[in-house]
Amino acid sequence: MYDFLLPDMGATAPILLVALIGVVLVVVDSFSNDSASIPWLSGAVLVAAITIELARVGVTDSAFMGHVMSGGFASFVNVVILLGALGSVILSVPYLSRTGHNFGEVHALILIATAGMMVLANAGSLITLFVGLETMSICLYVLTGLVRDNERANESALKYFLLGAFSTGFFLYGIALLYGATGTMMLSDMPAALVETGRTGFFAGGVALLLIGFFFKVSAVPFHMWTPDVYQGAPTTLAGFMSTASKTAAFAALILVLGRILPLDDVGLDTRHVLAIVAAITMVVGNVLALAQRNIKRMLAYSSIAHAGYILTGLAAGALGYAGALYYLLAYTVMNIGAFGVMSVLEWDGKQGAEQTIDSLAGIGSRKPLLGVAMGVFMFALSGFPPLAGFFGKYFVFAAAVDAGLTWLALIGVLASVVSAYYYLRVLVAFWMKKPEDAHVSVQSAAFDVPLFSKVVLVACVAALIALGIVPGFITEAAGAFFVTPEATALLP
Amino acid sequence: MLTDFVPLFLMIAMALGLAMSLLKLAEWLGPKRPRAIKASAYESGMDPVGTARDRYSVKFYLVGMIFIVFDVEIVFMYPWAVSFRHFLANGGGLGSLAVISVFVVILLVGLLYDIKKGGLDWD
Repeated sequence: MYDFLLPDMGATAPILLVALIGVVLVVVDSFSNDSASIPWLSGAVLVAAITIELARVGVTDSAFMGHVMSGGFASFVNVVILLGALGSVILSVPYLSRTGHNFGEVHALILIATAGMMVLANAGSLITLFVGLETMSICLYVLTGLVRDNERANESALKYFLLGAFSTGFFLYGIALLYGATGTMMLSDMPAALVETGRTGFFAGGVALLLIGFFFKVSAVPFHMWTPDVYQGAPTTLAGFMSTASKTAAFAALILVLGRILPLDDVGLDTRHVLAIVAAITMVVGNVLALAQRNIKRMLAYSSIAHAGYILTGLAAGALGYAGALYYLLAYTVMNIGAFGVMSVLEWDGKQGAEQTIDSLAGIGSRKPLLGVAMGVFMFALSGFPPLAGFFGKYFVFAAAVDAGLTWLALIGVLASVVSAYYYLRVLVAFWMKKPEDAHVSVQSAAFDVPLFSKVVLVACVAALIALGIVPGFITEAAGAFFVTPEATALLP
Repeated sequence: MLTDFVPLFLMIAMALGLAMSLLKLAEWLGPKRPRAIKASAYESGMDPVGTARDRYSVKFYLVGMIFIVFDVEIVFMYPWAVSFRHFLANGGGLGSLAVISVFVVILLVGLLYDIKKGGLDWD
């Protein structure tokens, strides 16, 4: 009766491993409070999971009677999520130690959230989708409010929790309506069931509510209001984790849902228009609002909204854009982990260093050249400068949009990213071209060094961005193979 | 399509209707003989003293939350326990035991964490 259990546990080993170690860390932490071995353990399990997933990118498999996917697309996305988690764990240790918040629970929560993200991104049925989404979200609510004695952290955690719970309600109603309309929970059975029942009002309502849930999680406009407050209030490295890994998971799940139950190329164009319009609004609003920000974390939050818009552009292009969106997600993860990593080093303590703005960081580049150069690479990559990975990400999604006949959308995207160069490069102006004397007094007097772990991650991110930019082919080939339509492969270099 | 759900909607309507009509019926039909004790606030047999807007120690909320978590999760074990004979008869006894054990162990880890971190220490 349970013969499938062992082989299926093998197929989903990385998820189970990460979740298991997450639970083990809770036990370790309860016996030895904030033990120094906890971050090592959590880093080791993430590396192990990445290794397993890399070996499984070539196979396509499913487990637990189709409720969980495994291998192929799922493995690729898992690798991106796990890389984001690994970067955040390594950056979090020095950052949280400095502010005195390096609790053992942090790492347990990151691991369990990561397991939830992988479940979300590998979902084969609507129930799995929901379980993954909730596992991820609940851990993230707690991580947001990690700094209990900080008013702003409490505010952002409460905002995130209330709005997130509300959006989960939308998501769940969407699932209920989809089940009511088609009579099946399995994503793979949906197309056949849809042929039988047709696209009823029930179905359309379910899709609309589900999309609202997704739009909230990826912070697409008009469901983006929580993002700046949450990223500003959350511990910096964990904000980086939230903005990369959780978005990757949500976008992967959105690709699964769109690819399975709403193949844009076959069934009507309504959903494509919805996605395209949301993408356009998201790009414009995200970039324009980022122009006005002086707090750098808040600026990065609006930039992450804008990037959600770019990725949605790829999704609106249908199967053509999925591979580009996957490449974009990888590049975005690397550059955003890096940018938040630089900010985490610059917030050298919880008091003076907190709340860094454009003005308070004047001239920091000449004082900390490594941070200045790394931030330069991340900002150029985020604005989409050619040799770096960010450029190819944008190229792939915009090219797919043009190919899918959404030229106006690609045009808005290109114009929006021109606007984005202003606020990204303004950070570099502050870092390099202002004099340290212009800075806030506390920054001038502050003596802090760059922790070794942060250096390693930042250098790795810079190297990865350059490598991904110079040879994007091996990623796009791997990603393109998951969506084997002739048009999709023709687009790739 | 919609007709499939008629029994469901019927049940919702009946539940709502019963709940509301029974309240109203009790108000109409019940005898009303109020006395001082009957009209006083119900405090599980104790004399109500002081105002209801009192401040409680935050420890009550902690214990209350922990109780709710474990209370709700125990509910998930009832369906398993009821079906266990069926699992045994179909040769899935060991497997289903393993599955529920995972669940119990996860709960146990939570309890362990709670005890070790002093969540149950009253003082």
